[in-house]
Amino acid sequence: MTQILYDGSYEGWLTAIFEIYEYKLKDVVFAKEETSNTLLFSNTHSVTTDEVKANRVLNGLQQRLSHHGFHAIYFAFLSELDQIEEILFRFTAYVFASKINIERDLSRSEVLNVKKAAHLTGKESHRMKAFVRFKLTKDGLYYAIIEPDCDILPLIEQHFKNRYADQRWLIYDSKRKYGIYYDLENVSTVEMQFESNTSSSFLAEINDENEEFFENLWRNYFKSVNIESRKNTKLHIKHMPKRYWKNLTEKIPNLNKR
Amino acid sequence: MVQERVMEKLAILADAAKYDVSCSSGQSTRKNKNKGLGDTGGGICHAFTEDGRCVSLLKILLTNHCIFDCAYCVSRKSNDIKRAAFTVQEVVDLTIGFYRRNYIEGLFLSSGIFDNADYTMERLVRIVKKLRLEENFNGYIHLKAIPGASEELLKEAGLYADRLSVNVEMPTEQSLKLLAPDKNHKDVIKPMQYLKNEIIGYQEEKKTNYKTPLFAPAGQSTQMVIGATKENDLEILGMANYFYEQMKMRRVYYSGYVPISHDNRLPAIGTPVPMIRENRLYQADWLIRYYGFNVNEIVGFDQPNLDLDIDPKLGWALRNLHQFPVDINTADLEMIQRIPGIGFLGAKKIVAARTFKKLQPDDLKKLGISYSRSKYFLAFSSPFYLQKDLTPLQIKNQILNLQNSKYKNNFSNQLALF
Ligand code: SF4
Repeated sequence: MTQILYDGSYEGWLTAIFEIYEYKLKDVVFAKEETSNTLLFSNTHSVTTDEVKANRVLNGLQQRLSHHGFHAIYFAFLSELDQIEEILFRFTAYVFASKINIERDLSRSEVLNVKKAAHLTGKESHRMKAFVRFKLTKDGLYYAIIEPDCDILPLIEQHFKNRYADQRWLIYDSKRKYGIYYDLENVSTVEMQFESNTSSSFLAEINDENEEFFENLWRNYFKSVNIESRKNTKLHIKHMPKRYWKNLTEKIPNLNKR
Repeated sequence: MVQERVMEKLAILADAAKYDVSCSSGQSTRKNKNKGLGDTGGGICHAFTEDGRCVSLLKILLTNHCIFDCAYCVSRKSNDIKRAAFTVQEVVDLTIGFYRRNYIEGLFLSSGIFDNADYTMERLVRIVKKLRLEENFNGYIHLKAIPGASEELLKEAGLYADRLSVNVEMPTEQSLKLLAPDKNHKDVIKPMQYLKNEIIGYQEEKKTNYKTPLFAPAGQSTQMVIGATKENDLEILGMANYFYEQMKMRRVYYSGYVPISHDNRLPAIGTPVPMIRENRLYQADWLIRYYGFNVNEIVGFDQPNLDLDIDPKLGWALRNLHQFPVDINTADLEMIQRIPGIGFLGAKKIVAARTFKKLQPDDLKKLGISYSRSKYFLAFSSPFYLQKDLTPLQIKNQILNLQNSKYKNNFSNQLALF
């Protein structure tokens, strides 16, 4: 068994796929550099991310898959599911081993698992288009904090860029400790340590003077549109899973209420 | 904005607007031009109320003052409630403030009839114009067309809104006369007819001249209140069909009546909202619009109401067992879609997967298809074995047993009424 150490990036994983073939590695397991425990493995192969190798794998996949199937690999990778690297490796091995396009061969677990993972990411990135809640700061920045299960920031960037073309915004993934920032021209990736200090006095200091009013208006609106006689908590939670609540304005009680 | 007063108005005017069930914000094509604010594309539900409905639009009334007295409406003249009215600027500020924070996809603006139809409509139009022209706002806007408003105003509304709707509210003229003596179907049909013609006209023109402005690109919709009066589902779906076919409606919404007044023409306060029935109507509507079912296949004179305990597709299948079993390895997509337990996507997946191999029952489970539900209708190039000779009633009971219906509680509740 060979442990493959890579940097955790998509290009890194693609490079690893290339090298598995290049060095004819057998029985591989993947590990990210920062989290690996090399001692457990007798064989370890370290991968240095290499654009040329990554692109060759990408081109190979692109030729053998539809547009949709090709993107599914990226989506599945972003799901960060347990062992997703191995799942994707088995899929690509099947793709390269077959003469015809196999992406719709859903009765094979290699294909189905990737589809499922891609679906998960797709679903969450769709959700995050909805569940981002911007707050306005004194200096005109709209910022939002999210904590998605999948690494979806790269997938929602364009959506927010199109939609909020005339306001500066930042969406920060507090689980992965990076964000995307739009400066009215371009979107860039920013790495930062966001203050977890969200005491109301701290927020009052950085937030626009109308911010709290709008948040309360929204909470108030959210309450008013509910029809008590139709209450259906199960459905509510199915659509708005609890794990997202702590970043959803309407689900955070107003602590300052006099 | 004077904050406290606006807070109070929002509570009143959102509360009064919530009974309008229309919520969707899709199907429009407005793009963000010149780095403005917003676009309309996806149709995103930004939040979900505790009753599980999607919140995608800021749905409010401009005012709940009304000169009419429709019995099913909280805003009716004779109802003793707090009244409020937004200013044009307040609605604009709220919409923009909410949109910029990504709370909403846009605005759904309706209104009680204040003074007269044109006076009200004129204000609604002023709000959309301000949003589009001054704020450069490209988010979704759904405006209520006030019955009786002049054609010039309707036309202006269409030029700035994405969707317009006139609610028919009651499925038959008779019920309308009973509950809304000031109204008649003609007043509702007339603006619908006008809008339909304008929408088609603009679409035609657009084909030859790309500079033609958008006119209600998301079309028009309407709503029917159900369960307030005694219409059956045949009448309701028949009316919906008329709207789809004759008025080219994009959507017909069904709003289960929420009892709001002590009025002996209406179900008493405390009567449960007919949620299952509403759900069944949406399912039937869906089958008609997307699955190619004909209304008469779903309800007919011999059976004018949808089954409440099973969905309309299963109901249809049980009445048409002679069309089954279907062999999923050979049948065409249309027929596979008609199998209970197999949806739109499931059918597509089957047709895709079967090009690789002959499908087995296990494969269906892998494709995420409810085999336990569909098996009664499947054949059977082996290894599917035949569920031998069950009667419709037996199948129905077996399926009901295995689906621990999510509506079970509501259902027994409801049964007590009949
Ligand atoms: S006209 Fe409209 S707002 Fe006025 S009472 Fe009738 S339904 Fe309500």
